[in-house]
Amino acid sequence: MIELQDVHKHYGNYHALRGITVTIEAGEFFSLLGPSGCGKTTLLRTIAGFEPISSGAVLIDGKNMGGVPPNLRPANMVFQSYAIFPHLSVAQNVGFGLRRDPRSPAEKSKAVAEALEMVGLRDFNARDTQALSGGQRQRVALARALVLKPKVLLLDEPLSALDKKMREQRQMELIKLQQQVGITFVLVTHDQEEALVMSDRIAVMFDGEVAQLADPETLFRRPNARRVAEFVGTMNFLDAHVISEAGGRVELDTQGLGRVMLETSQVSGGPSQGGAAVGFRPESLTILFEGQVAPDRESAATVTDVVYHGGLTYYDVRLDGASKSVRLSMRNVFGRPVLSTGVRTRIAWSPGSLRLFR
Amino acid sequence: MSKPVGLRTYSVLYLVFLYAPIMLLPLFAFNKSSVIAFPLSGFTTEWFAAMWEDGELFRALRNSLVVSGSTAVISTVFGLFAARAITRYRFPLKPGLAGMIMLPMILPNIIIAMSILVVLLTIGVYLSLWTIVLGHVLICIPFATAILLTAFRSLDKSLEEAACDLGETPASAFRLITLPLIMPGIISSILMCFTISLDEFVIAYFLGGTNTPLAAYIYGQFRFPAKVPAMLALGTILVVSSIILIGAAEYLRRRGLARAGGG
Repeated sequence: MIELQDVHKHYGNYHALRGITVTIEAGEFFSLLGPSGCGKTTLLRTIAGFEPISSGAVLIDGKNMGGVPPNLRPANMVFQSYAIFPHLSVAQNVGFGLRRDPRSPAEKSKAVAEALEMVGLRDFNARDTQALSGGQRQRVALARALVLKPKVLLLDEPLSALDKKMREQRQMELIKLQQQVGITFVLVTHDQEEALVMSDRIAVMFDGEVAQLADPETLFRRPNARRVAEFVGTMNFLDAHVISEAGGRVELDTQGLGRVMLETSQVSGGPSQGGAAVGFRPESLTILFEGQVAPDRESAATVTDVVYHGGLTYYDVRLDGASKSVRLSMRNVFGRPVLSTGVRTRIAWSPGSLRLFR
Repeated sequence: MSKPVGLRTYSVLYLVFLYAPIMLLPLFAFNKSSVIAFPLSGFTTEWFAAMWEDGELFRALRNSLVVSGSTAVISTVFGLFAARAITRYRFPLKPGLAGMIMLPMILPNIIIAMSILVVLLTIGVYLSLWTIVLGHVLICIPFATAILLTAFRSLDKSLEEAACDLGETPASAFRLITLPLIMPGIISSILMCFTISLDEFVIAYFLGGTNTPLAAYIYGQFRFPAKVPAMLALGTILVVSSIILIGAAEYLRRRGLARAGGG
């Protein structure tokens, strides 16, 4: 549906997009994820047609969009500020894009009503836009784009202005809406959780380049670079060095975890000399309580910090022999005590949950 | 806690000094005697009647309306271009150029009047109402630009982009979205420039040739003591209309800011 072929964008001396090549499938919920300044919004705006590209090509539905202005592209955008026209009513806002539509006024107002109903704003037609809440403004912006039945809907951080509860609710509604209308959604976000929850596939961007393009689970379980792992969720890193590498297996000596054998599928980056690090998620370490036996490997550690989160408790623990603490999470199930700082404990882990970055 | 008496006295004196002369204008405009002096000798509206019958005054008024009206519209159009360019585009030497636009605001009018006069005489242009307009547009553009800059700055840039995204061309997006939203600023700028131009004396006097707009005409009439009360009557009307115009301009500017979501 959308093909980006080696897209470059220069602003004077600043190289904002450095050769982006991505294909977004029809009907896909695709996210561009990255820290601010990584070029994700610029990339979205090149698809919309607001930023002319310096080189490369943008194709929508097989057609090259070079020189095609935004008003003639089959893509519509929901802006970060929502860009609701303040001097028009809700219905006039939603119907704005239908001005050049040859249908009769009655048919148009029916389309507007349907679009408003689709986003859950039935009977809002005559409302003054100034009286709308943030969530309602976001829905109006969505209806205004969807009423045109575009092939692609571009969403620039559409939920970043909402509070946490509202954001989570709107995420679910957006997923349902996307499945209902079947339009290709391209979402820009800096919120890794939002990207994981909503997307079919995610492109993680740093410094104008796509660092990894994968489905949420692959991205979370097998990040291909340390900075991707750090940006998507929480990951602990312990220094390690490679002892031997043969027969599809890598043997390591890791601080605090000792000697471990990893499959090559657990390794990111090619063979290289120098520093390597082993990464793992907080949920892959488990504290062993009285009488519990580790199913796989076990290490001794000292609790250095405890953060209680209600459903979860985060522990910072220092594995014996490690130079720094790592974070692990434990579910607070009934009857399980919350440990305090300074306590000695045993940690269960499995080599299968580790990942080597080099 | 004792109030600082000195400061309060200062404020009162300051306000009296500022506004008392203006208050005297209507006072003597309705005074029976043609001599401008206390005590007042009774109420009359004859000076307003005398003013009404003064044909030359109306010619001057007509001249002024032509000059101020044209100045207001032309300056606002130029201000619109300048303000949009400054808020929307990046171009070389932008701060310098923006400063140049604002310069006439602090340049003495007499210098502007003299230099334009010299140029006009050198290239052989006859002095007319339009040469006054030329001078007035120059001094009004900074005010128009400043007012419209606030209007544009309080406007969300993505509004126009959203209109383009929804199928409008840049021109129709400007007409349908930007123009209605900055309209209060435009009207405010027109009113402000109109008032400045109506008020301006030096440039009008230098560049008008034989065509006298109101300010220059009033100045001329003060040579005849018998005409003075009628001028005070005219002055009273001008003060009232100025207050209404500037008040309307400010009201519209604030309403425009509030509507565009700015501060």
